[in-house]
Amino acid sequence: MQIKINGRAEEVAEQLSAAQLLEQMGLGGKRLALEINRDIVPRSQWHEHRLNPGDEVEIVHAIGGG
Amino acid sequence: MTVSSTPSTPLVIAGREYRSRLLVGTGKYRDLEETRLATEASGAEIVTVAIRRTNIGQNPGEANLLDVLPPSRYTILPNTAGCFDADSAIRTCRLARELLDGHRLVKLEVLGDQQTLFPDIVETLKAAEILIREDFQVMVYTNDDPLIAKRLEEIGCVAVMPLAAPIGSGLGIRNPYNIRTIIENARVPVLVDAGVGTASDAAIAMELGCDGVLMNTAIAGARDPVLMASAMKKAIEAGREAYLAGRIPRKRFASASSPLDGLFF
Repeated sequence: MQIKINGRAEEVAEQLSAAQLLEQMGLGGKRLALEINRDIVPRSQWHEHRLNPGDEVEIVHAIGGG
Repeated sequence: MTVSSTPSTPLVIAGREYRSRLLVGTGKYRDLEETRLATEASGAEIVTVAIRRTNIGQNPGEANLLDVLPPSRYTILPNTAGCFDADSAIRTCRLARELLDGHRLVKLEVLGDQQTLFPDIVETLKAAEILIREDFQVMVYTNDDPLIAKRLEEIGCVAVMPLAAPIGSGLGIRNPYNIRTIIENARVPVLVDAGVGTASDAAIAMELGCDGVLMNTAIAGARDPVLMASAMKKAIEAGREAYLAGRIPRKRFASASSPLDGLFF
């Protein structure tokens, strides 16, 4: 199925969980925040939250800024 | 003899005490090591960070900003830099709260114009009201308008942060009279945020009675950022002590420092 990750279209497996997605992207264990279709998905729900076709996923972190 | 008769009071923001009155940004450094060294040299306890998309597929093993500035040591102040409307600022703060395990302190800035980066006050007020309802502790970037500063305090911002001059401009305190008026009217901490260029600008802000100063470019953009961070630390302390000590009035003519009595000629 196709989803959007940080604005880019990506092909991922059906029924993928948010945790599995982050793991596949090499982002497992990183300090991140996750938003799917403009709703925050708390870290505690990453394992159970399944992605759906067309989901718009935003993965953010802290960077230098003033 | 102790140096000061007035005990140095801590800076209190949202009920938490800080010894340092210098807050620093973490942008524009050459690398994370320079960020770490300059932040340490500044003595800052509150550091502001931006929230951005992760780079996908690029160096997954790369060090993270929060690895060199751990939240266990620093109070991380996520900011909404780059937001030009209330909605994106609110969205950024919600993501930051999730990122930092429920951390409520944020720096709200809603910008109105690319050239000046002046705050959009209408959107700032709108975002502040919503964020405060959502239980955020909002430190708000604003212009040097005393009426707006008071309004932001009244709606519940925990600190009001007027600009000294445009962000990154290094022009120093453009309107000391307004900054002073904002301070005199305020019941929450007032921190100058943006526009400081060098150590004397920071000292002037503190001599005016500011509770603190937040800066980024003045340090990160200096030829030697670590040395400038150290200079800023001293300037903030010197300015604060001078404010507490109470400066002499300005006079047009001289007043002799040595006594005139006892002259032998």
